[in-house]
Amino acid sequence: MRVLKLIFKNSLRHKLRTSLTILGLAIAVMAFGVLRTVLDMWNEGVEAAAANRLIARQAVSFIFPLPYSYRDKIAKIPGVETVSFANWFQGVYIDKNNFFARMAVDPETFFSVYPELLVNQKEFETFKQERNSCIVGAEIAKQYGFKIGDVIPIEGDIYPGKWEFVVRGIYQPRDKSTDATQMLFHWTYIDERIKQDMPGRAGQVGWYIIKIKDPAQAASISEQVDALFKNSPNATKTETERAFTQSFISGLNSLLQAMNFVSFIIIGIIMLVLGNTMIMSARERTREYAVLKTLGFSAGHLVGLILGESLLIAALGAGLGLLTTYPIVAGISAVMPKGFFPYFFVTPTTIILGASAALLVGFTASIFPIQRALRTRIVDGLRFLG
Amino acid sequence: MKIPLKYTLRNFKSRRLTTAITVLGIALVVFVFAAVLMMAHGIQKTLVATGSQDNVIIARKSANGEISSIIVRSDYNTILTLPHIAKSSEGKPLISGETVVIINLPKRSGGLSNVCVRGVALEAFTLRPQVKIIEGRMFTAGAREIIVGSSIAKNFEGAGIGKTVEFGGNTWTIVGRFDGGGSAFDSEMWGDNDQLQDAFNRRGGYSTVTFKLDQPDAFNAFKAAFDREPRLQQFEPKPEQTFFAEQSENMTLFIRILGIFITIVFSFGSTIGAMITMYAAVANRTVEVGTLRALGFRRRSILSAFLSESLVIAFIGGVFGLLLASVLQFFSISMLNFQSFSELEFSFALSPSIIGWSMFFSLTMGLLGGFLPAVRAARLNIVNALRSA
Repeated sequence: MRVLKLIFKNSLRHKLRTSLTILGLAIAVMAFGVLRTVLDMWNEGVEAAAANRLIARQAVSFIFPLPYSYRDKIAKIPGVETVSFANWFQGVYIDKNNFFARMAVDPETFFSVYPELLVNQKEFETFKQERNSCIVGAEIAKQYGFKIGDVIPIEGDIYPGKWEFVVRGIYQPRDKSTDATQMLFHWTYIDERIKQDMPGRAGQVGWYIIKIKDPAQAASISEQVDALFKNSPNATKTETERAFTQSFISGLNSLLQAMNFVSFIIIGIIMLVLGNTMIMSARERTREYAVLKTLGFSAGHLVGLILGESLLIAALGAGLGLLTTYPIVAGISAVMPKGFFPYFFVTPTTIILGASAALLVGFTASIFPIQRALRTRIVDGLRFLG
Repeated sequence: MKIPLKYTLRNFKSRRLTTAITVLGIALVVFVFAAVLMMAHGIQKTLVATGSQDNVIIARKSANGEISSIIVRSDYNTILTLPHIAKSSEGKPLISGETVVIINLPKRSGGLSNVCVRGVALEAFTLRPQVKIIEGRMFTAGAREIIVGSSIAKNFEGAGIGKTVEFGGNTWTIVGRFDGGGSAFDSEMWGDNDQLQDAFNRRGGYSTVTFKLDQPDAFNAFKAAFDREPRLQQFEPKPEQTFFAEQSENMTLFIRILGIFITIVFSFGSTIGAMITMYAAVANRTVEVGTLRALGFRRRSILSAFLSESLVIAFIGGVFGLLLASVLQFFSISMLNFQSFSELEFSFALSPSIIGWSMFFSLTMGLLGGFLPAVRAARLNIVNALRSA
């Protein structure tokens, strides 16, 4: 108990220095938290992937389409529950800065393979009946003020021409990790017009989404799908949704690795700041430590004193830093376009990582001063002048 | 009277560890700051090098990149009727309708990535003189042959000469390797346009059309003629350099914003580190400061002595950080450019403005960190300072 009080008093001796150190730590821990959140953002898409969904795409690259006729063939494979499909429509809404996913989907099945997109039944029925209607995610509805009945004009690029879609529903995300920034409309509406304008491109599907009954069968069903079309000009590559999403972000690996590396440099900087403070404090107290030793306090007490102070400061800094991470992340996600970054929130892992990093820093920063305090002989310590 | 700089420098010796830690802290921040700017600059440099000043590229107005643009043959023929398209000595127009697609290939470092495959006409090589075959030979028109950029050969599995790649229901033989002079073409595969269109079922449709202007400054005249053509309203001509530079915009903006946010936050940490060091320096030297004042040194001199001490620390840290960062120039990174959705190799590139900003940044940290402690030192009362022991 006495030692605790001494630790506390010690840390208050240089109020300015201690508070500067805590502030420095807090800022660094906050930066660490924000950076990890940005990293998590990329991985969150992978986390959100369901285990019972497979994605079948053209084997060469997903920019090439698959024939619509594959649908029935895939549906016949035992273990397949529903086959749905989607096309990446892209296009431009007003100008290129307003980016969000726009996809042509099968209205009957799409929402049943994605149960995490919640639409109310009445809106869904109207959507199904009207060819030129669309359903938008709650997030973009909020951002652009889309209401039921609004007409969204889109300038096509992959599907050239001017298109108009009537909002007939707004879907809500079921989980925090559900992407609520998509705009979904009828595949047949697009396909009919393409049939007239560019007949060579009609009847094509971007990728198939296959809902399977038993996730354990994912590998064998994937193989069966690919075997069906192996010798056709449009061979498929089927994998779990998770693997599919992962392959999307693997291209950014270098950038993610760099960010990961930087997030650990931050810890290095925290260590330098706290280490510096602890070395200075211990140096100034060299004489005191000699006095304590003379009075009969053991090496253990000295270790406890220095380590305790280091940990106390680290804990205060980390606590403050983690607390400020939340408002900062909320602020960033408010200014960032939702369409680009649908998954931006602090995960528990970030908090645990931040806290344990601070703890580690607290330990490491005290090693050097402890070593010095223990090595100094009492006589030398008493003789020491600042 | 000024306090000699030697006094300042000698002081570092007496507290080596603390000074070294502070220098290291600042060096790390400057390193990250410079590295981020170098990365963004490297991407930009590569893409700017991809376009030539007197080439014009035509793409669909709404397209974000080459792969989402489509120009059908009849529109291509309309473009051919426009003025200011340069002609070769044989009188053929120097124009290349190109088909750009993406295929997946396994990277050497693991995982699949997107590689841009460009179907070109032979004119493409006149349009881009920076592209040269450095190994093997050109593809033969009419054959299923491709040539690969040097970065592709380096970073992707099975992209060497003599190897074959399967796509579009066909086997393609790699017959040559070309160097794109540090441009994005280094990260592409090129083949005969007709063959590629055939394989990808894109007959009669190009992605983009690139041509050379007959005079370097004819772009505005060309654009005026282009805008008058009612059949081409969905398309937009751009100088090739501008077009490719725009391909780097999103990526460099993302890297810069993130990087600058990180470094600004980092710099708070380091400034505080410098402040702690300087406060300790002042506290330890109270008697010294008193002595100096008693000898007749002015408050102003004390202030500038402590400030210059912290600026020297920051300067050393800045130089050290920049030295570390400049080593990065020897590395190149290959990653996905999410605007063109294909792999792009680039290297970290240092520029005088990056050096300037980094040094400015580190000296600012030193100035901010040293100012308050220096003020405290300057305001010490002579008698009290001498008495404190």
